[in-house]
Amino acid sequence: MTTTTPIRPTVPPPAAGPGQPEPGRWRRLLPKPEFLTLSVVTLIIAYLAIVPLYYLFWGTFFDATGLTFDGFRRAYGNDQIFSLVGNSLWFAAGSAIVSLVFGTALAYLNVRTDVPFKALFFAASIIPLVIPGILYTIAWILLGSPDIGLINHYLEPVLGRAVIDVFSIWGMIWVEGLQLSPIVFLLMVASFRAMDPSLEESALMSGASRWTVFRKITLPLARPAIVAAILIMVVRSLESFEVPALLGLQNGIYVFTSRIYFVLRDYPPDLSAAGALAIGLLLIAIIGVVISNVAGRASKNFQTVTGKGFRPRPMDLGRWRPVVGVLIIGYFLLTVVAPLLVLLYTSLLRFYAPPSANTFATMTLDNYRQLINTPVALTAAKNSLILGLSSATLVMALMAVAAWIVVRSKIRGRKVLDALAFLPLVIPGLVMGLALSFVYLRSPIPIYGTLFILLISYCTRYLPYGMRYAVTSMQQISNELEESALVNGASWWQTFRRVLLPLLMPGLIAGWIYILVVSFRELSSSILLYSPGNEVLSILIFEQFENGQFTVLSALGVVMVLTLVVLVTVAYKLGAKVGLKQD
Amino acid sequence: MLEVQSLVKSFDGERRKRRRGQKTGGDDAPARVFAVNNVSFTVEPGELFTLLGPSGCGKSTTLRSIAGLEHPDSGTVSVAGRVLFAAGDGVAKRVNVPANSRGLGMVFQSYAIWPHMTVFENVAFPLRVQSRAQRPGKREITERVDRVLETMELLPYADRHATKLSGGQQQRLALARAIVIEPSLLLLDEPLSNLDAKLRESLRFELKRLQRELGITSIYVTHDQIEALSLSSNIAVMRAGEVVQLGKPRDIYENPQNKFVAEFIGTSNFIDGTVAARNGDRYVVETRDGRLVLDSGANMPIGSEVVVSIRPEAVMLHTARPVGAENVWEGAVTTRAFLGDAVDHVVAVGKRDIRARCLPHISHAPGTLVYMQMDPTKLALVPVD
Repeated sequence: MTTTTPIRPTVPPPAAGPGQPEPGRWRRLLPKPEFLTLSVVTLIIAYLAIVPLYYLFWGTFFDATGLTFDGFRRAYGNDQIFSLVGNSLWFAAGSAIVSLVFGTALAYLNVRTDVPFKALFFAASIIPLVIPGILYTIAWILLGSPDIGLINHYLEPVLGRAVIDVFSIWGMIWVEGLQLSPIVFLLMVASFRAMDPSLEESALMSGASRWTVFRKITLPLARPAIVAAILIMVVRSLESFEVPALLGLQNGIYVFTSRIYFVLRDYPPDLSAAGALAIGLLLIAIIGVVISNVAGRASKNFQTVTGKGFRPRPMDLGRWRPVVGVLIIGYFLLTVVAPLLVLLYTSLLRFYAPPSANTFATMTLDNYRQLINTPVALTAAKNSLILGLSSATLVMALMAVAAWIVVRSKIRGRKVLDALAFLPLVIPGLVMGLALSFVYLRSPIPIYGTLFILLISYCTRYLPYGMRYAVTSMQQISNELEESALVNGASWWQTFRRVLLPLLMPGLIAGWIYILVVSFRELSSSILLYSPGNEVLSILIFEQFENGQFTVLSALGVVMVLTLVVLVTVAYKLGAKVGLKQD
Repeated sequence: MLEVQSLVKSFDGERRKRRRGQKTGGDDAPARVFAVNNVSFTVEPGELFTLLGPSGCGKSTTLRSIAGLEHPDSGTVSVAGRVLFAAGDGVAKRVNVPANSRGLGMVFQSYAIWPHMTVFENVAFPLRVQSRAQRPGKREITERVDRVLETMELLPYADRHATKLSGGQQQRLALARAIVIEPSLLLLDEPLSNLDAKLRESLRFELKRLQRELGITSIYVTHDQIEALSLSSNIAVMRAGEVVQLGKPRDIYENPQNKFVAEFIGTSNFIDGTVAARNGDRYVVETRDGRLVLDSGANMPIGSEVVVSIRPEAVMLHTARPVGAENVWEGAVTTRAFLGDAVDHVVAVGKRDIRARCLPHISHAPGTLVYMQMDPTKLALVPVD
């Protein structure tokens, strides 16, 4: 027992709780940044995905008198319903087949043979995706209308008057099929790229002719992809609005989408009937998606990707090469060059007339000048840009967090969030527009009639695409990167901000670009939600079409296509710099 | 049976690089990449001829050119006197028989079994796609397919879907399909590389037995030297598109004509030195660590720089200096490794390491002083390249 030990100052016992310096008491009451971020993101996604559907059902089944099926009766209980369903199915099946034939043939030639001009070929196959649907349809009206169509004009001396009528069901099928073929092209390219070429080569070595190889080996092996493609195309053509509205309404050929639009233009607009039709369409879309999912799962037997690396070797076309080359050039002249040229031509005229010495002599840039002097055109461009940029940014920001929840966290119910984010995929654009108008017509928030409602619509529609890009990106980042940050003491927010976000950036940028480009084409949901002053470019074109202003609209179209081409090229270069592969 | 002459296949190297976004070499960079550079060989009927070499040496391209799946720039390919391909400056008439008319059988590296058909349908396919005039009747097809399936021991699986077979069975199926048309030539593109080691060994013997029994002339492509040595009647060792040595397996192994072949086939110790004296085929080579006496058919003048190669299994280790033996060097064991069927020793001689492989009962601990004896007949002279 010593007496000379210095007296140590006593340390006050640590405060109750974690052995950290005690934060200000007010801080403890605030939720952690992690919790805040996750719950806000989840709530927004749930709100965007569910609320429109809820109001759609509510607005269809309930009116001033309570629960009613009157809307359904008015929509379906007339003798036009059979032609409606018949036309819709015929239209969907026809365009699916057209796009399938063209898309598959082009994909096969591009990936599996040594067809000439491959790079050009690939770019040209994608162009119809960049051209807004409404412009493409109008271009085909200029080409194939029985009265003013250029093709009819040139064929008249040989085959008589009005050989082609683009305002028929066949015309609708043709134009929609052409618009969908780039999507089939991309799907089938992926499938053919993954196919082991030695499966075809061994058939050749066994003595089979090229055609037999294609028929007995390639097609059966590609069947899963083909079935999936058919289903997706059927669903998409059922949801299509531009083609049925511009080409079908003229001669009273109705499909679901154009009928909804027609019903809404009545005065007073029959909202519950429109809602009833919309729900019908929604059901068909859901059935289609379910079937294609089931078909996709059943095709696992035909695994053609064995995991062993191989070099895809293109087949020699031999003496067929020039023939195929010519056929392909012909295809592009007809489906890409002709529509664009006719738009360009029309944009330079004061009033539309088939080409002659006179028209060429009187070509003018007046339409373009008029565009610059039209305030509504500039507003529309501004609106399109604002909406595109904001929806892309908002969606990708939301999806970055949502992807973390779905892929990385162990939070219960994250599968539900995944499903919610993909829900808008089944909702046809027109139905979405209708549902949102239901929501905000009744809601106290003064959003209806502003740009904001369009923003909500865009964000909702593009949730699935953003999710796909974000999730794919997140899955490629190893767990360990996050875990090592945590082990080194970083908080959730710090890890997210400093480790995950930078690594996710390439995928997020890819998604951002995609949404921006696709948003420019958007028409089907905007058409029910816009109001004067809040038009976007595609709506403006639609309005001008209804007013018969072909020449000005062509000028606007040319400007739009050029802008999109520039955007896509910039995006591609940017993507290449950030290390993206071509999507 | 097969005659390949002066086969050349090249690619535009610069254009490829540009397409891939790689840096191109500017004006001085070589414009063309030769995948196959003037390859010639002859194969007698009934032989199994192997093209052996590392990845990218052009062996697969050569095989595929014989099959008709690649289009060479120039050269000739003829099977049993029938010209299948002829192109280039010295050729009178250009010929290119399409792949599906050449009547050759081919086994692919990935087997290329069609997953949407049964075992029977896979093998029947080559018979069914023949032109109407030549196609055998249904009964004959069934007979021939069953016969082949029985040879391959696949008859019990005839109605099974092709994907439900094991790796070894799929390989046999690929072989069955290739021989059902009774081709004059069978082409095999690394058929065993997708199998695990044990299966590879057993199938190797089976392949050899089958080929001898059926007597089909075969061209075999592989990078595995053990396969090449055990299966072949003749081997062509290839590197960078050229045949660097052609000969019987034992010849290639014991008398490599250059360093590449010596290194690629088996392992080798390389000792550099100068030719000090020469008496006909007997050479005396002075090296940094001692003198070596050896027999060689190479023609090296006195004073030339050479490399002597000796296989590890030809180096014998003794603890006492052997009496009356040539090429005895003294050294110390630095490392020892027990391999099960052999013991590898690394012996340090001066600053040099020599690998010696001994039978399993011979084992010298590291640090032991040993005497290495190298049999003059087992030493090979390779040119310095």
